Amino acid sequence: MQTIDMETTSLRDLNATLHAQAEMTNQTAWSIENPKGAHAIACGLDAPIDVTVKGSTGYYCAGMNKQATVNIKGSAGPGVAENMMSGTVIIDGDASQYAGATGHGGLLVIKGNASSRCGISMKGIDIVVHGNIGHMSAFMAQTGNLVVCGDAGDALGDSLYEARLFVRGSVKSLGADCIEKEMRPEHLELLADLLERAGADAKPEEFKRYGSARKLYNFNIDNAY
Amino acid sequence: MKTDQTTAPQTVPIQSATFSNPTNAEIRRAAATGIYDIRGGGAKRKLPHFDDLLFLGASMSRYPLEGYREKCETSVTLGTRNATNPIKLDIPITIAGMSFGALSGPAKEALGRGATLAGTCTTTGDGGMTEEERGHSKKLVYQYLPSRYGMNPDDLRRADAIEIVVGQGAKPGGGGMLLGQKISDRVAEMRNLPKGIDQRSACRHPDWTGPDDLEIKIIELREITSWKVPIFIKVGGARPYFDTTLAVKAGADVVVLDGMQGGTAATQDVFIENVGQPILACIGEAVRALQDLGMHREVQLVVSGGVRNGADVAKCIALGADAVSIGTAALIALGDNDPKWEAEYNALGTTAGAYDDWHEGRDPAGITTQDPDLMARLDPIEGGRRLNNYLKVMTLEAQTIARACGKSHLHNLEPEDLCAITLEAAAMAKIPLAGTDWYPGKPGSGY
Repeated sequence: MQTIDMETTSLRDLNATLHAQAEMTNQTAWSIENPKGAHAIACGLDAPIDVTVKGSTGYYCAGMNKQATVNIKGSAGPGVAENMMSGTVIIDGDASQYAGATGHGGLLVIKGNASSRCGISMKGIDIVVHGNIGHMSAFMAQTGNLVVCGDAGDALGDSLYEARLFVRGSVKSLGADCIEKEMRPEHLELLADLLERAGADAKPEEFKRYGSARKLYNFNIDNAY
Repeated sequence: MKTDQTTAPQTVPIQSATFSNPTNAEIRRAAATGIYDIRGGGAKRKLPHFDDLLFLGASMSRYPLEGYREKCETSVTLGTRNATNPIKLDIPITIAGMSFGALSGPAKEALGRGATLAGTCTTTGDGGMTEEERGHSKKLVYQYLPSRYGMNPDDLRRADAIEIVVGQGAKPGGGGMLLGQKISDRVAEMRNLPKGIDQRSACRHPDWTGPDDLEIKIIELREITSWKVPIFIKVGGARPYFDTTLAVKAGADVVVLDGMQGGTAATQDVFIENVGQPILACIGEAVRALQDLGMHREVQLVVSGGVRNGADVAKCIALGADAVSIGTAALIALGDNDPKWEAEYNALGTTAGAYDDWHEGRDPAGITTQDPDLMARLDPIEGGRRLNNYLKVMTLEAQTIARACGKSHLHNLEPEDLCAITLEAAAMAKIPLAGTDWYPGKPGSGY
C-alpha cells in the first residue's frame, strides 16, 4: 500500500502521482491520509487502482473517475464522483449535494444519506444510497439507475428522461413528468444486482419504481409554466 | 371649382409604428397557434453598434504606417494567467462555440479547417467533441456546459482550452433546446438521450451554484488537466462589470463576453430580442472591471455578438478587448442564407438573409441540419477555404485601420483612436461624441 499524507503533500502532487499510474501498474493500493475536507481529491483518475481516503473530503472528490475504486472513509462534499465514467466510488458517511451529477457510468455507493440533487442529470451511472436523499434528486436524469433504500425528498425525478429510480421508503413528492411505474421481473433482477454490489441490506420487493411519463419529450406550450 | 368627395385629397393610409405589420403578424400567429416563436440567430432589432463608432486616423498628432508594407502584428495569446500551455493565435478572431447537433458534422469540420488555415481556434458546443472538429482544428476550445452532453475527461484532456459557459448573449439566463427533428442516431448517442425527442439544455450548471463554487470547480478541471490548458468563462451581456469581476475572482484565464446580437441555435424570439445588452454597451464595462482589478491584458477579454468585418474587430480591440469571436458571420461565410437557395427559402416561407428557423433542421444551405441530403450540400473543404478567406479579409481590414492609426500591432489600438457618431453609442461605449471631447456621463462633465 502506497501512502500519501496531505499534511505534507500538495493536492497537485497527490493527483499528479495518481494520474501517473499506468494501466498495468503494480502499485494498485493507495491510502490518502489527512484529507481534512480538501477539494478535488483523486479527481480524473484513469487506472484500475484502489484509493482509500481516510477522512472526509471537500468538493468534487473522485470527479470524472475512470476505472479506479475510491473509498471515502468519511463524508463527501458537493459533487462527489461528478461525471464519473466507470469504476466505483464508495462513501462510508454522508454525501453533500450533486452526488454523482452527470455521471456516465460506474457505481456510486453512499452508505449514509445524500443531500439534494443526487444524481442530477445522470447519464448512465448507477447510484445506490443506503439512507435518504434530498430534494430535486435525479433532476433531468437521462439514463442509469438511482436506488434509495430510505426516503426521497421533494420533486424526485423532475423532468426525467430514461433513468430508472427505485425508492424503498417514502417519496415526499414527484417532480414534473415523474410517475410511479410497474416493477417488472427485469427490474427486480437489476435491483437485486445493484443492492448486492452496493452491500445494501434490502430486498428488491420492498422498492417502488419511478420513471418518466414521457409527456415532456416533445415541446408544447402547455409545458411552460 | 367646387371640391367634392371624389376629387378631394385623401388621407394616406398610415401604418402604426407601434402595431407594425410584423407585430400584427406575430399577434395573429400567436392567436392561431398558442405557441411562442422559437428561432435561431441573435437580436434582429436595430441596436447601437460598431457602425456608430468611427476611427479618427492619423493626422498632425499621429504618424501613420504605410498601408501595405509596414509591419502590423495580429497575434494574440489567450490564457497566460495560469495555464502552462496558453493558446497562441495568429489572428485575434476566434470561432465561437456552436454545437454538433445544431450544426452538421461537415459544418463543424469546415469551421475547424477554416480556423486552422487562418491560424486561429474554433470551439465545440453543446453536444460534445466530434472527431471531425478535433481532427481538423489545430486549436480547439472545449465548452463545458450545463447539460454536460458528451462530457468526458479524455476529450477534456485533448482540448486546447476549456470554456465554461455560464451564459450567452442571445439568452443570458436561458437554457437551450434542440428539437427532435435534429436528433439523429449519432446526435442522440452523443447526448445519451432517445432519438427524436426535444432535448433541453439546462440554464444552470448541475454541480455548482455561484462564483465561490465555480472557483472550486475550476480547480477540479485544472487538476484533471494538470493545469496545462487555459480556462475561459463565457458570459452573456447582462451585468458585464460584475460578471467579469466574478469570473476573474473564480479564476478565469480568459473572459468571453457575448452581446445580445450573438446567435443561438434556438430559443424564444421574445428572449432573444428582450434580454441582455448590446455588445457595444458591454465591452467598456468589462474592461473597466479588469482595469479595476489590475488584470487588464493579464486576463484576456474576448468579445462577440455582431462582429462582421475588420472594422468591427479593430473597434473591439480599440475598446480594450484582446480578441473577438464570430459565429453567425462564420456560418454566412460557409454559405448560410445564401441567395442561391432563394427558391427553397421561399418554399419555407422566408427569404435569403432572413432564414432563422435553424432548429427545424431544414436548412437549404446544409449547415444547421442533420438531414443527410441537405448536409451533403456543404463541402467541408470548400467551406474551410471560404472561412479562411473571410478571416484573412477581416484581418487585412483591421490591419489597414490600425496602420492608418499609426499602430504596429492591432493591440496598440486604443479608445483615443475612436469617436462616436450617436449620443447612444457615445454613452454606451464611453467614447467622445464626434467633434467633442465629451460623452454622456463623462466624469467631471456634470452630465
